[in-house]
Amino acid sequence: MNWILSFLIFSGNLASGADLKSVPEGTYRPLLAKGKTTPVAAFQIDETAVTNSDFQLFVKSHPEWRRGVVKALFADSKYLHHWRTGVEVGDKSLEKAPVVNVSWFAAKAYCESRQMRLPTVDEWEYLAQFGPESGKGDVKSIILEWYSAPTPEVLPNVRTTFSNRFGVWDVHGLIWEWNYDFNTAFVTGESRGDTALEKSMFCGSGAVGAADPSDYAAFMRFGFRSSLKGNFTVANLGFRCVKEIQK
Amino acid sequence: MKQLIALWAVFLLLGTVTVSGGRCLASGEELVLTDAPEVPPPIKRSKAANLVVHLETKELRKRMADGVDYTFWTFGGSVPGKFIRIREGDSVEFHLQNHPSSKMPHNIDLHAVTGPGGGAAASFTAPGHSSVFSFKALNAGLYVYHCATAPVGMHIANGMYGLILVEPKEGLPKVDREYYVMQGDFYTKGKNGEPGLQPFSMEKALKEQPEYVVFNGSVGAMTGDKALKAKVGETVRLYVGNGGPNLISSFHVIGEIFDKVYIEGGTKSINENVQTTLIPAGGSAIVEFKVEVPGTAILVDHSIFRTFNKGSLGMLKVEGAEDKSVYSGKLSDEVYMPEGSTIQTVDNAPAPKQLLAKNKADQMTYGKRVYENACMACHQSSGTGIAGAFPPLAASDFLNADKSRAIQTVLAGRTGEIVVNGVKYNSVMPAQQLNDEDVANVLTYVYGSWGNSAKVVSSGDVKTERAKLKK
Repeated sequence: MNWILSFLIFSGNLASGADLKSVPEGTYRPLLAKGKTTPVAAFQIDETAVTNSDFQLFVKSHPEWRRGVVKALFADSKYLHHWRTGVEVGDKSLEKAPVVNVSWFAAKAYCESRQMRLPTVDEWEYLAQFGPESGKGDVKSIILEWYSAPTPEVLPNVRTTFSNRFGVWDVHGLIWEWNYDFNTAFVTGESRGDTALEKSMFCGSGAVGAADPSDYAAFMRFGFRSSLKGNFTVANLGFRCVKEIQK
Repeated sequence: MKQLIALWAVFLLLGTVTVSGGRCLASGEELVLTDAPEVPPPIKRSKAANLVVHLETKELRKRMADGVDYTFWTFGGSVPGKFIRIREGDSVEFHLQNHPSSKMPHNIDLHAVTGPGGGAAASFTAPGHSSVFSFKALNAGLYVYHCATAPVGMHIANGMYGLILVEPKEGLPKVDREYYVMQGDFYTKGKNGEPGLQPFSMEKALKEQPEYVVFNGSVGAMTGDKALKAKVGETVRLYVGNGGPNLISSFHVIGEIFDKVYIEGGTKSINENVQTTLIPAGGSAIVEFKVEVPGTAILVDHSIFRTFNKGSLGMLKVEGAEDKSVYSGKLSDEVYMPEGSTIQTVDNAPAPKQLLAKNKADQMTYGKRVYENACMACHQSSGTGIAGAFPPLAASDFLNADKSRAIQTVLAGRTGEIVVNGVKYNSVMPAQQLNDEDVANVLTYVYGSWGNSAKVVSSGDVKTERAKLKK
């Protein structure tokens, strides 16, 4: 009952009307931990990725996160460069598209402004195993199709790919998403040498240490995350926020 | 104070030396890179230099074969990646730039680099970012470079490889033509020839069963108008690489013998008079040959089904005067009778009688057998042909337009340029030694398959055309 209340309060707070969806506790098998499954506690998560118009509201009320104002330490020079000005998206067709070109610091600040946080890698990967609710198409082919097409000039809107069994939209097929701890399970970039680190969590090798070496979609996500730094912004990297469920 | 001035003088002197001996790293010369099959010109410098290389990784949809597209991951916008040519001892400041539209982070492992990962860790770059590292080219040779980001196999399978030539200090002997050829195997979800944008198949890659094996990134990249060119008497040098990810190439040029092979791309060990040279995945070879006679030399992977069924075929067109003392062409065609000149019979039993088709269904069945024996090797099992070499029979406007021309083509063969479905072909089909029944059946089968006009050809039709040809 509590969470329903808080959910109402939060959706009321947001002009965009983004809903939170509940994800029950469960387990998933991390790519880099052979044979082990990791428990994930129940959480609530944004139904869709944060949109340009959502983020516009945020920068209006948080001037320190405006383009041109934000410190270089917290966002690189491409931060929000697809907006017309520092406070205006300036293009109707972008309003419902997921916000991209945002740094980890900015995403984190946005979530905190809503008393939320970025999802952890565990939470996100747990969610990532579920395909379309309707049973149309499997996760693997959706991911592959997305990977095999370059990023379009104008991103599609949120709610245009699929929703999973929890009613969460666009987990795959739209953008990459920031994770709270994106830099913990990292590969060094020299992916064949990572086994020498002798820690299963720090091993991105294609052969040793991975739970399933053919799960190349997961490899790509881990590879992508490890290429980032907190102030990086990328043209197809956005985010959504989660809320922990109070026990 | 005097000491300080002396120091200053030394500094100035050093500065002058640096400037005259070669520019400093920050202002090094920007190196010009080329796309296959072109190679940058030979290096004329006698001293090491400081160079700057900018290479952009880009993911883009391009043609794999006619009607078949693939999202290639590239170094510089095409497969193979840009050719880099430097000299032993050069220092290179390498900028790897990952295009903002990329989905993936990328990096580069240059086999020419001495150091951890060949630069892989130092060049790991997120989309929309760029990395810089520098290296000194210690060893001469022809080296492969490739992306080494997880999953490595997939990055290579999508086309992320190219060649870097480190010329030895003394240079390479002068030749008339230089070309860049690189083989790669591709794993598409759909079978060879299945049209549309084909996604990558991890399953086939793991099984090492490619649908395409090609030179320079696509079927027909070096055939027809895009064939390599040379003139009689010239010496041709090919820088040949193999990106893999899985297959080893048995590189061969039909109609030529390699006068020299720089084995495995090294510069010290040269073999002479070689027919076929092995090029490992992630390896290279430099081959040289003088072209003595005009004609078309065919570049192949002599693991020959790859060539005739999966695409590893390129052409080198040689123009110039014929030299009959080297190659005569066909001098005569005579009947060959191994047992002497009289006709001998071993026994009098009649040859088994051919089953005659009673209806169109029979014709289709018998025709399919003839097709598989006589036609499939070139025109392929589903009539797609091979781009640049053998025209398609499937939904072929040339075929459907004229039945008697089709019959005559089977009976007498066809030479010279034709246009099929808007694409030019210029090759030779030999006359087929088939009887009237077989010709009728195979053409009925071809007309009745793959979206053709379903014409029926009778043995009578064939007889008529055969009579016309005799006139």
